[in-house]
Amino acid sequence: MHDSDAPPVVSTGLRYASPVLLFLLLGFLAPLVTVVAYAFASPKSFEVFTSFTLANFSAVLDSSNTVWTSFVWSLGLAAACTIILALIAYPIAYGLNHAFGRFSSLVSVLFVFPLFISENVRLYGWVQFFIKNGVVDGLLNALGLGPGPEVLYTPGITLFGMVYVYLPFMLFPMTLGLSMVPRDLIDAAADLGAGRFMVWREVELPLAMPGILIGMLLTFVLAVGAVAEAKILGGQSVITVVHDIEIAFTYAQDWPLGAALAVLLVLIIGGLTLAVLSRLDLDRVLGRR
Amino acid sequence: MSSALNDVAKAPLPILQLVDVYKRFNEFTAVSGISLNILDGEFLTVVGPSGSGKTTLLRMLAGMEAPSDGNITLRGELINNVPAKQRPTCLVFQSLALFPHKTVGENIEFPLKVKSVPPAQRKERALELLRMLRLPESYYGKNVMKCSGGEKQRVALARAFAYDPDVLLFDEPLSALDYKLKKVLEKELKDLHRESGKTFVYITHSLEEAMVMSDRIAVMSAGKIVQIGTPESIYARPETEFVAEFFGEVNKFPLVRDPERGWFSADTDSAVTLTLPDSLQGAQAATLIVRPEYMRFASAPDEFDNVIRGSVFNEYSLGSRIQYQVRCGEKSVLIEIPRTLARDAALDQQVMIGWNAADAFVAEA
Repeated sequence: MHDSDAPPVVSTGLRYASPVLLFLLLGFLAPLVTVVAYAFASPKSFEVFTSFTLANFSAVLDSSNTVWTSFVWSLGLAAACTIILALIAYPIAYGLNHAFGRFSSLVSVLFVFPLFISENVRLYGWVQFFIKNGVVDGLLNALGLGPGPEVLYTPGITLFGMVYVYLPFMLFPMTLGLSMVPRDLIDAAADLGAGRFMVWREVELPLAMPGILIGMLLTFVLAVGAVAEAKILGGQSVITVVHDIEIAFTYAQDWPLGAALAVLLVLIIGGLTLAVLSRLDLDRVLGRR
Repeated sequence: MSSALNDVAKAPLPILQLVDVYKRFNEFTAVSGISLNILDGEFLTVVGPSGSGKTTLLRMLAGMEAPSDGNITLRGELINNVPAKQRPTCLVFQSLALFPHKTVGENIEFPLKVKSVPPAQRKERALELLRMLRLPESYYGKNVMKCSGGEKQRVALARAFAYDPDVLLFDEPLSALDYKLKKVLEKELKDLHRESGKTFVYITHSLEEAMVMSDRIAVMSAGKIVQIGTPESIYARPETEFVAEFFGEVNKFPLVRDPERGWFSADTDSAVTLTLPDSLQGAQAATLIVRPEYMRFASAPDEFDNVIRGSVFNEYSLGSRIQYQVRCGEKSVLIEIPRTLARDAALDQQVMIGWNAADAFVAEA
């Protein structure tokens, strides 16, 4: 790159980092730049880098259009999913740390197991479970307890699917977070007169918070991008934003609209991620301190 | 606010009593039949090697473990199953267990917050405790994790005092600090004990800490208390080899009972004048123990009760004192003398070393 006799223009660190840097620039930054550029191209065209308009964004935000509803659905479902999962995962995480003893690892493995099977396959499994003449309905009929509840193809079952799919992503960071609360601190708080609730509020929860927040962030980010649950279980009773993006890029052949949706989604998720991470001490979470 | 520094004269009655206390964890017996009276207002140190059960003993006093057997009473009241939060005891952990997400002030105020003391009063008391522990008041709002080791120590103490316990329990809180700071804090802790008039129970494996601070020392080994007494008595009159060795260097002479010669030292084969305690009269084997500082170079064979010959192998300077290693045949003997009494003992020089019978003690082997 430069004459070996001349003083190095590029620092050693940069030189060694350059292959990875180049790979990241090509592999991650370039597509991102292209998508952003498309978001400002004329609607329903492929005039990327040659036209500039904000029409795609105004189309998304236009209240007479229905695209914005998919945003609301996605964010709303993701928020609900995150809150429900936090409530479900906390007791399990607590148990894994303090109550299950040597069965903790078995329980963990059982939670990881479903991840080895494709998400779509698992969701179709639930369809078989809830569908008319499926497991639930069939069983209830056989027992003479009448037809099963018609839960399939509703927003509710979409949320159920999301909670089911994203449970491990909430559970494991939370378990890690709870495991980081030193036993001594809990003993010390109790020794100083604190009751259970006080110990939990003053010591356990704040110290486990980094893990809990990471779990919630991870779940929310994944859940905002959820599409299969709404398609397979929800039967498109709800159109999520990712589904809309997919439609824009495929059937509709309106890449600029799809790109604008994607850019907005990235901004929302990116902003949220930065806001949460700036409040977290990642070194502590990763056990480096 | 009741002052922690009250000067009420307390009669030395037991505040805590342990009667035949056991603690078993599955197959393992950590504490094996301890009976102990902890006097009101005393500074009691429990010393012992790691795994001797001293931390378990302390946790039972704090209420973090319940005894498997036996009784613990506080001022005559059975407290075996009273949880930690209801006991007038407070444990200062080895890790200090400061709350890392709270400031120095919030840490100290924690026990007051638990008791729902109003914020203004809490702060007043916290500042009072900061002064008492010689920390600047400006530390009130400081991040506790940014404090130095010695400062953290003081914050932990202030927090314990804020709880206003009758008994403070310490689980080797000084073990992680450097030597110099440790020396300073040992004395401060003893001063604090005197100022506060509270009962201190201190756990350590360090003989020096125990010696400096305690009114009484209890030596633990394998879940039992092997000897209890003042630092002086434990140092000067250890009842077992274990205690003798735990409290400093010793010269050990295994003794053999011979029907004709009486007791003699098998190692040196020298004449050893011995007055044995009654309890040992029936024993078949015993060990004569002489601390290095009770040994002297002798100029004549009859200068001391016991004199043995050897040659100087090495010398070690300990600052104000000098230690010599003298080889008497196979046996090495340590002599420690003040530097002011040092004589030029050249290496390999033939010397006589001696000690008086009263300065030696015998432990059953």
